[in-house]
Amino acid sequence: MASNNYYDPADLRKFGNITEWSKELGDKFFDYYGKVFEEGALTAREKALIALAVAHTEQCPYCIDAYTKDTLQRGVTKEEMMEAIHVGAAIKSGATLVHGVMMMNKVNKLEM
Amino acid sequence: MLKEKKKKQESLHKRHSDLAMANKQLEKLSNGIFASGELPTFSEKIKETDQFPLRPNKLEILQINVGYMCNQVCEHCHVDAGPDRKEIMTRETMEQCLEVIRNTGAHTLDLTGGAPEMNPDFRWFVDEASKAGIKDFIVRSNLTIIRANKKYYDLPEFFKSHNVHVVSSMPHWTRGKTDKQRGEGVFDLSIKALQELNAVGYGMPESDLRLDLVYNPSGAFLPGDQASMEKDFKKALLEDFGIHFHNLFAITNLPISRFLDYLIASENYEDYMYSLVEAYNPAAVKNVMCRNTISISWDGYLYDCDFNQMLELKVASKIQHISEYNEDILNNRKIIISQHCYGCTAGAGSSCQGAVAN
Repeated sequence: MASNNYYDPADLRKFGNITEWSKELGDKFFDYYGKVFEEGALTAREKALIALAVAHTEQCPYCIDAYTKDTLQRGVTKEEMMEAIHVGAAIKSGATLVHGVMMMNKVNKLEM
Repeated sequence: MLKEKKKKQESLHKRHSDLAMANKQLEKLSNGIFASGELPTFSEKIKETDQFPLRPNKLEILQINVGYMCNQVCEHCHVDAGPDRKEIMTRETMEQCLEVIRNTGAHTLDLTGGAPEMNPDFRWFVDEASKAGIKDFIVRSNLTIIRANKKYYDLPEFFKSHNVHVVSSMPHWTRGKTDKQRGEGVFDLSIKALQELNAVGYGMPESDLRLDLVYNPSGAFLPGDQASMEKDFKKALLEDFGIHFHNLFAITNLPISRFLDYLIASENYEDYMYSLVEAYNPAAVKNVMCRNTISISWDGYLYDCDFNQMLELKVASKIQHISEYNEDILNNRKIIISQHCYGCTAGAGSSCQGAVAN
């Protein structure tokens, strides 16, 4: 390892290098990745905001770095960015809390 | 904090900053990641596609900088313009420019600054130049000048009476982002100025009075897709303020002058240069603006572009001054390049007319 850290910002620039050890799969991935973010039924701007929210729920530093910059480039405002992250956070916390029903079911089953 | 604020209202020249000197900027752009070979220099890059040396195509645009004085001190300004800059084109140099304008093969005349309207001979010059019959006569207006002082209130009418094409800067459709880049209160004044331009017919759908906006990113990132940004700008400005305009030009900030100062101070310089080099698009080199433009400074010297003017890189030709202007000889020159040129070839490319490649 060149760095003493698990995460190095400079590694983001090397993302494309993953094709070196598996060209076919790497190329297919990047083709797919590029296609996903093209303008489609959703605008590229909407897709960038989704990516920013998911980057946070995945807690991927590279993705947060990349999509913060990407959304800024698309003229997205700070308020829009933060709201997108709240959507991710709401789903994350909702996903935790909705499992509370499972816990309640189990308690109700076990208790007399 | 107050000191910081005051500093922001002064040009690099006034602050006696090292980066006010062109040679210091060029040094920065040639050393570090470029000297170590970590990133290729611009000449190395264009050699890959046999585009070195860069040479002009047909001359289409004469861009005249009538002075560096401005009522604003924008953080990204490549001119380092501001109220404290005293470099102003004289009527004598303007007369030499007029001689060239009357005889040029260029179809576009592009007046810039500073705030060109602050030159005391600006109206006389526009009067005279508009008689030369140039197809597209652009004035780059920062908008706030129209509201800066009573003597400028009639500018929309003045522009209209000379059929001037107005091109104005607007970094965002929200107040926060605009004021951060261009100074407190700039957004509200710009909105008011745009409404006044609309009121006399500028920018209205179907109107021949052209009003285009220039978008520069308000930070260390590149501009997004020009067409998408234009759509977002149009929607927001119409919904929020009832404003119309024709086209949006997305322009990349070049790493020189105040923007370079900002990049270094915010520790974004290397990342920004990486972004520019990674986004390098050989197709943009074909249409890069220095190939169809001559830039003339307030004191009459000739440059490949406004950026080279600020870096004091005069054209590589035996003709270097407007007084000896000769289009045929100038068209034979080699264009002077350095690493700042990556700013014009990133992504869809960037020029004073916006993107240059699809």
